[in-house]
Amino acid sequence: MSEQVVALGNAGRAIRAARDEGRAALVGYLPAGYPTIDGGVDGIKALVDGGVDVIEIGLPYSDPVMDGVTIQRATEIARAGGVRTRDVLATVEKITAYADVPVLVMTYWNPVERYGVDRFATDLAGAGGAGLITPDLIPDEGAEWIAAADKLDLDKVFLVSPSSTDERIALTTANCRGFVYATAVMGVTGAREQASDLAAPLVARTKATTGLPVGVGLGVSNGDQAAGIAAFADAVIVGAALVKALGDGGPAGVRALTESLAEGVRREPTAAAAR
Amino acid sequence: MTTLLPDQLGHFGRFGGRFMPEALIGPLDELTAAWQEAMADKAFTDEFERMLREYAGTPSLLYDATRLSDVAGARILLKREDLNHTGAHKVRNVLGQALLTKRMGKTRVIAETGAGQHGVATATACAYLDLECVVYMGEVDTERQALNVARMKLLGAEVIPVKTGSRTLKDAINEALRDWVASVDNTHYLLGTAAGGHPFPAMVRDFVRGIGDEARAQSLELLGRLPDAAIACVGGGSNAIGLFAAFVPDTGVKLYGIEAGGDGYETGRHAATITAGQIGVLHGARSYLLQDDDGQTIESHSISAGLDYPGVGPEHAWLAETGRATYRPVTDAAAMDALKLLARTEGIIPAIESAHAVAGALEIARELGPEAVLLVNLSGRGDKDMDTAGEWFGLIDAKIEPKDVRA
Repeated sequence: MSEQVVALGNAGRAIRAARDEGRAALVGYLPAGYPTIDGGVDGIKALVDGGVDVIEIGLPYSDPVMDGVTIQRATEIARAGGVRTRDVLATVEKITAYADVPVLVMTYWNPVERYGVDRFATDLAGAGGAGLITPDLIPDEGAEWIAAADKLDLDKVFLVSPSSTDERIALTTANCRGFVYATAVMGVTGAREQASDLAAPLVARTKATTGLPVGVGLGVSNGDQAAGIAAFADAVIVGAALVKALGDGGPAGVRALTESLAEGVRREPTAAAAR
Repeated sequence: MTTLLPDQLGHFGRFGGRFMPEALIGPLDELTAAWQEAMADKAFTDEFERMLREYAGTPSLLYDATRLSDVAGARILLKREDLNHTGAHKVRNVLGQALLTKRMGKTRVIAETGAGQHGVATATACAYLDLECVVYMGEVDTERQALNVARMKLLGAEVIPVKTGSRTLKDAINEALRDWVASVDNTHYLLGTAAGGHPFPAMVRDFVRGIGDEARAQSLELLGRLPDAAIACVGGGSNAIGLFAAFVPDTGVKLYGIEAGGDGYETGRHAATITAGQIGVLHGARSYLLQDDDGQTIESHSISAGLDYPGVGPEHAWLAETGRATYRPVTDAAAMDALKLLARTEGIIPAIESAHAVAGALEIARELGPEAVLLVNLSGRGDKDMDTAGEWFGLIDAKIEPKDVRA
């Protein structure tokens, strides 16, 4: 793939900048509104302070079928605390005002559809947001979002999975801007002890179709795992472990884990591979 | 009879489709292919029909309910799905999907259940076909439906209480989907209704459409013509789509879906998804659903656990939008009155779900007049509902509050 046609987008440029430093990028997730709306903002600021390259802000949803128990519990607490879609957008705005880091919203599809796809895209762009990660929207069903995002140059991060055929990977990456989200395991979000042996082949199959950066998520929880994935992926995506760190240790806990993950993605790839 | 919809991606007009994690798209494509190949394979369809006939007890009777008709003021024919093995239409769907599971070489089945009826039916099919069975059930439901939990366990299934979200049916579906993402290599998700991502709405419809195909033929034999209306209750919508499918091309036959009106539609405590009229995406498909201003799912309310679901299958959304079928709510109270009326006039205790259809038929009879013939799907029997009915009618001692049995 030639560099000219790669739709790097906002997040892609940040990931590419990390590559230019000879390392993988770190993408960190926290849901808006957890444990409170203000507390959520503080937690996400701690991600920035700890050295994250790209931020995902989760939109708490009533039926999160891709999430394991850690993120389910956190988003239930956020919803019980009254977080609304507009609070998620306000959180995005506070973070983009705080730091020059691309901020994506990770959301199940129905809240966007209910808000109005064009209106959501406009308000997200207005808040300085970089784009969306859509775990239950496939490009086949995404025409309205794709059009809205293209109009505003927002990143469209769709997912690829170990179960995706090569044809589906090609279809998906052709519709992505920013980066491609490769799910490392067949399963839901949540920290895992064992590194997945499905991730590296998936990244290779994905890279065969696109020049976009490929981020790997699901199950990464510490610097060693981050280093292992950094050996073959452009970005390491961490979610549930950071949510747990925020619950256990507050913003200081998030910052400490982020620093250790940021160290992990900066290790020499050969050292990580030899581990 | 061929059914043209959905399209290849599972769309009924603007409804349906696949709003699912990418991880499940490949497996759903494989399922679609396996199902379509199976339905074109006479060995499969013959075996399915044999199981339905010899094991499930179909075709179910079409019963001319003359005493009920006298009260209703129009002729009512009851499609007696309550007489099937396991006591409801659901046996058709579970046998079809379980047989397909075997054909795909998978060894494990997972299912969601609300009150436990689909869980019991799935556990039955898995016992019959020697499949491992895991049923997800909201913790709230395992407590209020302990007898069905015992039934599933007796049939060899593992029942997993779901402790997240509202701890009811929709959360059981969420948890089953989470299991499936991680287990799809050896596991089939045996969804209990004609909802979800493609191919489930069409596949479930085609496994249960025997209801309407049989009733259509039986009506022609009994009456020499088609009925004027076909009526069924609608939660997720499997028994209704099973009845309607045969009659959709018969534009002279009015189709009525009866939704659960709960305490009354105007109270907001109901499960009348189509009546409420808000379109969105839930559990893999675009359809009508109960949601708040932010697109968060709202909990539904109905005395009938089988109708207590905030979504509805996408083909019903399409039939409603095109005007081919009409959907209207019936309250808890009207449904329970109809349950008692059917018990007293015909000696049949229906499931509370099916009592909604009977209550709807009583209204429709008044509208269509004495010459009308109404076909009503009696989708299930009421044995499972005796605690609820006993409390509602004050038939069980030491129960003071008759109404709020689900609280």
